[in-house]
Amino acid sequence: MTSIRSPGQIALALAIALFLGVFLIVPVATVVYVAFTEKGGGGLTLVNFLDFGRTDLFVRSFWNSVYVSAMTVVWASVLALPLAYLTTRFEFRGAMLVQTLGFLPLIMPPFVGAVAMQLLFGRNGSVNLLLDEWFDFKIGFMEGLNGVIFLQAIHYFPFILVNLSAALRNIDRSMEEAAQNLGSHGLRLFRRIALPLALPGYIAGASLVFVKVFDDVATPLLLNVKEMLAPQAYLRITSIGIDDPMGYVISVVLILVAVATMWATALVMKGKDYATTQRGGGGLARRQLKPREQVLAYAVVILILALVLAPHVGLVLLSFATVWSFSPLPDGYTLAHYTRVLGDSSVYIKNTLLYAGLAAAIDVVIGGAIAYLVLRTRLPGRQWLDWAASTALAVPGVVLGIGYLRAFYGVSLPDGTPLATLWIVIVLAIAIRRLPYALRAAYAALQQISVSLEEAAENLGATKARTVRRVVIPLMTGGLLAGFVTSFATAAVELSAVLILVQSNSDAPLAYGLYVLMQTPAGRGAGAALGVIAVLIVAICMWLSQLAVDRSQRARGMDI
Amino acid sequence: MFRRSALVLGSALGLVLASGAAFAQTGKVTVVTSFSKDVTDPIKKAFEKAVPGATLEVQNRNTNAGVKFIEETKGNNQVDLFWASAPDAFEVLKGKKLLSAYKPKATGIAEKVGSYPVNDKDGFYSGFAASGYGIMWNERYVKANKLPTPKEWQDLAQAPYFDHVSISAPSRSGTTHLTIETILQGEGWDKGWRTTKDIAGNLRTVTDRSFGVPEAVNSGQVGYGIVIDFFAFSSQGAGFPVKFVYPSVTTLVPANVAVVANAPNKAGAEAFIEFLLSPTGQEVLLEPTIRRLPVRPETYAKAPADYPNPFKDKNLQGLLTFNAELSEGRTAAVDTLFDQLITFQLEPLKAVTKVLHEVDAALKKKDNAQARALAKEARDLIAAMPITEAQAASPEIKAAFTGGKEKSSRQAELEQQWAAFAKEKYAAAKAKADEALKLAR
Repeated sequence: MTSIRSPGQIALALAIALFLGVFLIVPVATVVYVAFTEKGGGGLTLVNFLDFGRTDLFVRSFWNSVYVSAMTVVWASVLALPLAYLTTRFEFRGAMLVQTLGFLPLIMPPFVGAVAMQLLFGRNGSVNLLLDEWFDFKIGFMEGLNGVIFLQAIHYFPFILVNLSAALRNIDRSMEEAAQNLGSHGLRLFRRIALPLALPGYIAGASLVFVKVFDDVATPLLLNVKEMLAPQAYLRITSIGIDDPMGYVISVVLILVAVATMWATALVMKGKDYATTQRGGGGLARRQLKPREQVLAYAVVILILALVLAPHVGLVLLSFATVWSFSPLPDGYTLAHYTRVLGDSSVYIKNTLLYAGLAAAIDVVIGGAIAYLVLRTRLPGRQWLDWAASTALAVPGVVLGIGYLRAFYGVSLPDGTPLATLWIVIVLAIAIRRLPYALRAAYAALQQISVSLEEAAENLGATKARTVRRVVIPLMTGGLLAGFVTSFATAAVELSAVLILVQSNSDAPLAYGLYVLMQTPAGRGAGAALGVIAVLIVAICMWLSQLAVDRSQRARGMDI
Repeated sequence: MFRRSALVLGSALGLVLASGAAFAQTGKVTVVTSFSKDVTDPIKKAFEKAVPGATLEVQNRNTNAGVKFIEETKGNNQVDLFWASAPDAFEVLKGKKLLSAYKPKATGIAEKVGSYPVNDKDGFYSGFAASGYGIMWNERYVKANKLPTPKEWQDLAQAPYFDHVSISAPSRSGTTHLTIETILQGEGWDKGWRTTKDIAGNLRTVTDRSFGVPEAVNSGQVGYGIVIDFFAFSSQGAGFPVKFVYPSVTTLVPANVAVVANAPNKAGAEAFIEFLLSPTGQEVLLEPTIRRLPVRPETYAKAPADYPNPFKDKNLQGLLTFNAELSEGRTAAVDTLFDQLITFQLEPLKAVTKVLHEVDAALKKKDNAQARALAKEARDLIAAMPITEAQAASPEIKAAFTGGKEKSSRQAELEQQWAAFAKEKYAAAKAKADEALKLAR
């Protein structure tokens, strides 16, 4: 490693630390310090953590969460591996479409997505009504912990898909060619060469899935599963009158689990070198499939896509449905819901694109910078930046929202309006919440680049800044874009923190408009229509960025 | 000359001030509300028409988030009004001195609706509409599963309803809290909890959002829901195949509006309250998407034929006199008891209830005194409560929830005790019920 502590690096690290301090640590600290105090005043204490350990409900919830998160990682891998491998490793028609579609499950609009899934997979959803009619039995897709695993795997497998695909694309084909020259092929080639080299991407995705599922509130609650840790925290913090420290104690436990997970993954990856001296992102060689293999491959891909896109099919049906109740399909179809939301939605769409775009841009810049500082410099305490940013994953949206109100509402602008009423505050909250996604993607991308390329550039006289600009960033493009897309898409449907921070309808994003509609019986169809619009917007943005990645890779990979 | 110009200047200044005041009275009125767009849009439109120059800025948050928001932003308050259903949310705000008292000038408003006083006795919030609790059900679901039509709360405890009923947790929904409290006050502490647990044994889900219940009934995921009336009425209005009934033990509860302390546009806030209570404002409540019960008796003359009228309808007369003080004194205890004994112990409670239904069916075919006695013992075990009515309102227990000095144990400790109590009793009841079933068969 050539790195020395240059003043530029120190300044960068301090700037990021300041950003995280002001917009993450201070607001969160103003809320969670309650966990360390006894109710009704009194000094600092750890008695609440003892209570946590003594309460059966919390201990049971903790193990339920561990079980669900671990099993979700397994099932999400089962869904993601074939899609990632087939679309990056083979000449596969529609690979880009598959990548885009495979990403959609991550964008499930709040509330209305839940209703759509109940209507399809619920106890009296389409599937079960038909099963009951034809075969006289029902399947509890959405029952209990296994129901949570089922939905979470569908919802979050794109994390693995995106990061793994980016990693697979980044492996230099010469590695494979070398192995082939030595006589390896087929599954062995995949197992021994492609998979190990893509491990940083897989781990990045899998650790995100684990932590995200551990901290997710929406899916368990939509299935009415309350005996998991994150829902317990949420229920306690948001119930009026029950102003007790335990909700915040659970938040602290969630944060600790998130940090521990990131620390453990860092430990797993330690001492292994995944970097290859690539020529600039040529990616794996794409092979032709034999006709029979082709049929099998398409069958697998279509089957997986049908499963993971079912909720969106339900959403589209719901948005055109007149009444849909206790029947496999809606009673009738109408365009009325779309005409109803079309007038309102333009301001929501504009805000959503603005907020999610800005937030994702902030995330990529900061995430990329943190990854660089951690992997390429020897600044003391640089790991803390990574861990601090990763805690954002575990901070419940309500906690962050309340923290922002506490930290910034008292700060007035010159004209007397509170700082917290500005829309930029919403952007910052979303950016903080989605930062870990971009960070993990950037981290994985950088791990795959050999330091020797940078050393070569520096030996040839390039400055550090120039090396970063001309060598590191271009090589990381794929990973950074994957991070941008993940942050952007999930930011577009973020609700929990937004709900607390939105001050007026003209500043509200789509998710808020959707929430407002979904609180009334008559708003269900309109909410679904708004949900479809949200998904379409994100899908178009993603497809464009996929196109960009593909173009740039082709251009660079093929020219050399 | 000098004098004259001073006079002109003075009157000009006065004019500016006056117009400033007029502007303040009509300008932007910011309201935090839990009411949906379907409700707020027509009212906003009517208000802005009735008070020219006024604009209503609606911030939609659920009740809990709204309370939190006002609490967190009190140092630099930008909100004029809080507008929601649950009276207990207003009690919380009032207790934290976040409301400012206002006595509406409007006349012709009923003192009581059902048996509940319309306005806060201290004048901090005013009722503008009433709603009652009841049972809604999905007709297709009921027909497909060949289920009966309920009339009373107790019906929901019967065997055919097992696994078909949904309710929202009282700790999450102010209105469900009032329903449970109504049952407790109507039947007494012990009997009331017995009824509640009997119904709870048949629950399919306990949701964490009030709207989660009508949502599940509308889409046919559960058959019956314990809901506030307008959820059912507006679902019918949206075309869903649902029906609704008021049981005889119900209570009508006012939905309220209050001026927030240090409101930036106090005059505008008061103008909005006056509008809500005016004949025009009350008539807006009759719209199909809103369907609340007006608090102005004369407005019912303009209502559709089948519209419930709490001032005339026989089934809505002579309702229980709701004791708000009693309710307020034990709110946290009742909510936490429900969560610890029912919400988080639902599986064991349902397991024993299922067996008891089977015992009843078997006993109907062939009576067996011993089995009958065992089943009764099991039911008594289920009904057992970890604390008495007096304890629930005692300073020690209250302080455990508020962090006061008198507390004998922390909230977390109490919760664990109650949960352990329920777990043990339900397990013992299950053993008795299993034995009874063996004998009865």
